[in-house]
Order: sequence, then structure tokens, then C-alpha cells
Amino acid sequence: MKEDWRNHMRRWAPYALTPLIILAALPAIGAGPWLTLTVAGLTMGIMLFLVASGLTLIFGLMDVLNFAHAAFVTVGAYVTVTVLRPLAGWTMQTSLTLNLIALLVALIAAAAASGALGFVFERVIIRQVYGAPLRQILITIGALTIIEQLVVVIWGPQALVLPKPASLRGSVFIGSSPIETYRLAALAVGLAVALAMHLFLRRTRLGLVVRAGVENREMVQALGYHIRRVFIGVFMAGTALAGMGGMMWGQYQETVNSQIGDSMTILVFIILIIGGLGSVGGCFIGAILVGLTTNYVGFLAPKMALGSNILLMAAILLWQPRGLFPMAEH
Amino acid sequence: MTAGNDAILRLQGVHTDIGRYRILHGVDLAVRRGRVTMLLGRNGAGKTTTLRTIMGLWRARQGQIIFDGQSLTALETPHIARLGIAYVPENMGIFGKLTVRENMLLATAPRGFAQPYLDRVLDSFPMLKVKWDSAAGSLSGGQKQMLAIARAIIEQRRLLLIDEPTKGLSPAMVDQLVGALLRLKAEQTTILLVEQNFRVAEAVGDEVAVMDEGRVIHTGAMAALAGDDTLQHRLLGLSMAAAL
Repeated sequence: MKEDWRNHMRRWAPYALTPLIILAALPAIGAGPWLTLTVAGLTMGIMLFLVASGLTLIFGLMDVLNFAHAAFVTVGAYVTVTVLRPLAGWTMQTSLTLNLIALLVALIAAAAASGALGFVFERVIIRQVYGAPLRQILITIGALTIIEQLVVVIWGPQALVLPKPASLRGSVFIGSSPIETYRLAALAVGLAVALAMHLFLRRTRLGLVVRAGVENREMVQALGYHIRRVFIGVFMAGTALAGMGGMMWGQYQETVNSQIGDSMTILVFIILIIGGLGSVGGCFIGAILVGLTTNYVGFLAPKMALGSNILLMAAILLWQPRGLFPMAEH
Repeated sequence: MTAGNDAILRLQGVHTDIGRYRILHGVDLAVRRGRVTMLLGRNGAGKTTTLRTIMGLWRARQGQIIFDGQSLTALETPHIARLGIAYVPENMGIFGKLTVRENMLLATAPRGFAQPYLDRVLDSFPMLKVKWDSAAGSLSGGQKQMLAIARAIIEQRRLLLIDEPTKGLSPAMVDQLVGALLRLKAEQTTILLVEQNFRVAEAVGDEVAVMDEGRVIHTGAMAALAGDDTLQHRLLGLSMAAAL
């Protein structure tokens, strides 16, 4: 009985972590800024989730730690600039419909470009280094540098401006708390993508194969599935998600440079470790925790903002050494 | 073993290397259609390697593996599985994070569960009905083994490869498993079964092949081996009389 209760607690405690942190921050911050910071943290978390979820799936299923993942974020952000420039007439108008259509076109273009580049990347680079972790690290770091330099060659070394659409500038007020309109929109889009991913993984046969492959690739093959084909699909989907994350992050910052992907890398790896390598659910909770912690601590003790995430990771690893929801056994 | 044209699976001079080591040194084996062939031998004799080589999980360096007239030697594992060969590995290959239903669903054709097969499996393993929506990782060792075998027979298969299904199970679970294997035998399912438990082998097997040092050193009827203590002692280092 006692053991059952302990197992029950062990299973559900990771889910309680996010609400606990949100509630614990309330008395420390005060109600007004707390709501603003909570929405900011959730938005940041959801954007980080888009980038990190692809990486955790790629690692979980394929045992590939892709250090070039940040490059796909960068490509997504730059493609967004390229697509939105000719659509400036739509984004400058205050019509929400036109603004959203322009953003949707940019989102699809960013995902398609990063996904297509991911396809080539898997075929040309990753395929050569399956099962060779050291070579993976070296070749993906090298590829990151090359892609970033190619971005500079194509789009130039200067940072590019990526203004938010007119109707998504400014804030709305909930009580006395200002909430940036763009953050709410980004939160809605991010949640929609996360929900779509959840439904894909939970409700489709292919999603089932991916989840099984994360646990035991060999057995998936012995059941008749061509895991290599699944690898390519997952790699493309993972890089497409990174492109989406780049689009939303670039739009949020309103400026894009060739290091935009790099700026997210440390946080993304912290999320992967917190969530448990290979777990999309863990990645979601990890991303939200990191987003919230960054914003809360950035408000309370600005100098501690990045360090706070490393402390969060250390604390979670002391509690759950393999992360909140460990998946990959290999 | 006089398999003749009755053999659905035939291994001829199969050599398999793992890393720098040669594990199989020219395995010759025939598995007859509709029969249960036991693959016996001491630890390290090459039984598991033989099953994995048939499934394409390890590659045969030399020799031929012929399944119903088709060579498996160059085929990839998913192709081999789709020919109707189901594999239950020694570690059972259960996906612990997936539910029992999801584990089973993975082994079905794209159309999903075929009701007659599902009914048959749930009749044979009623425990699965109770645990249908539970995480497979929460099952006991014996329940996982039941699930592994149920998963292998959720579709029409032409050959089952089962690796040490009774390993680590309680005597009650072993009895249940033997019952399930006997039902498969009664349905004339073709099975190549690796087993260390000689009493299980005697209860279930029609034919036997004994391996030692990467070769098949004896083939024949299971009943003949079970009735010959001297032969058992020579081939396996044990005898039924001693085991009982």
C-alpha cells in the first residue's frame, strides 16, 4: 500500500512541478507583474518547445545528438524575413486576418525550408554517422558552422529587421496586467502545434511506431517496420519544427541574425535533460519550466536569469537523475 | 531430422560473426511445416544467434537461409517479418511505455485488429483483457512473456521464432505458458523454439536440434531424445532422470 502510494507520487509529481512554481512565484512577485511574467514565460516555453521537441525525438529515435539543430532555427528565421518582405503590405495593415495569413504563409515556408534542408542533411551527413557518437558531435558542429556561414553569404552579415504585424503589436490588459498581443498569438500557435504533435504521436499508427522506436528500434524492425524510413520522416519533422521555432522567435525578437539559433541552444539542451532524453511530454514540461524560471528569476534577480536554469536542471537531476520522463533506454 | 520437402525453413552452412568473433560455424537446420522444433544446447552454443540471424538482425557471413523457397540471406529484417515470421526475443521486446493494446496493435496489419485473431489471443491469454489499457512496463515478467507471445500470434504467421520464453518465470507461469504453446501446437503453428528447460522442451517439441559451439550436432524426434538418458547426457550434459 505504502509502496503503491510512493509509486503514485513518483509518477505524478513531475506534472505538479509547473503549477507549483507558478503558484510559488505569485507571493514573491505580486499579482500584477506575475500574470505578465507567467504569460511571457509560457510563450517563451512554447517557442523553446517547438525547437527542443524535434531534437529530443531525433535523439530518442535515432540516437543522434544533432548539434546542428540550431542551424535549422536560423534558416527558419531567415526564410521568414524573405517571405514577409514582399508581404509587408499585409503585415503593415491593421487587418488581423491579413496579418495572420501572412504569418501562416511564413510559418509554412519556414517549416518547409528547414524540413527540406533536414532531408538533405540526413541523407548527406547524418546517414554516414549513425552509431558513431563522437563523429556525430564533430560533423554536426562542423555543419552548424557551415550552414551559419552560408546564411551570412546568402542574406548578408547584418542583422535583419523582422517587425511584428501591425495588429499583433502592443498589449492587451487583463486587470492591470499588460500582456503583449504577440505573445498571446505565439502561445496559441505553439499550443496548437504541440496539440497536433500530441495527437499525431498518440492517435496515429506512425506516431505509435515512433514512440515504440524510441524504446526499442530493433523490435520495431522485427515487427516489420522500416525504421530508416521513419528516421528520415522524424528528422524532417524535427527540423521543420525548429524552423517554426525560428520563425516565431525571430518575429518575437523583431530582429534576425545568423546566431539566432545558437542563442537558444543552451536552453534547448537544458530542456532535453530536464524532460528526459527522447520524451516529448517531458520536453513540453521542461520547456515551460525553463520559460517560466527565466522570466520569474529575470524579474526578481536579473543577473541570475541564465544561471537559474542551470540550477533548475541540477535540482531536477538530483531528484530524477534521468530527467522527469526518461524514455530512451539506448 | 528427415525434413524433406516438408521443411518451411532451411539453414545451410550458415556462419555468423559478431564483431571479431565467429559465433555460428556452419549451421544446418530444417524446420518442418506445422511442427514445433526445439533448439537446445548449452549456454553460448549459438541458439539465440541462430534466431537473430534468421530474422536478419545479425547477418549471415556465409551460407543460405531459405524460407518457403525464398532466400532470406540478403533481406532486411522488416522484409523478413512481413513474410510472416514473428520473433519473440529472449528479452521479450516489450515496449514498456506503451499500453498492452498499443503493443498488440503494432504487430497487426495496417487495417488494425482482425477480430477472430484478437478473440483467439484474448481467450488464450485472458490476463491481457484485464491489463488492456495498462502500461506494458507495469506487467510482471510472466505477463510480459504472455504479451510477447500474444503479439506474435495476433496475425496469421507462417513461422514463430521464440527465444527462451520460460526463462526466469515461476513454475505456475511456466505451466500457463506451456499450455499456451500446446494450444499453438494443436493449431499446427510452425515454431522454432529455443528452450533451456528440458521438461518444457519434452512437453512441447515434435523435433529437436541440439547445438554446440555454433553447430547443430544432433537432430531427431524430441520424444527419442527425451527417452534416451545417455544421449541427453552426451549432448546436453544432463538427463531427464537427473532433472526429475
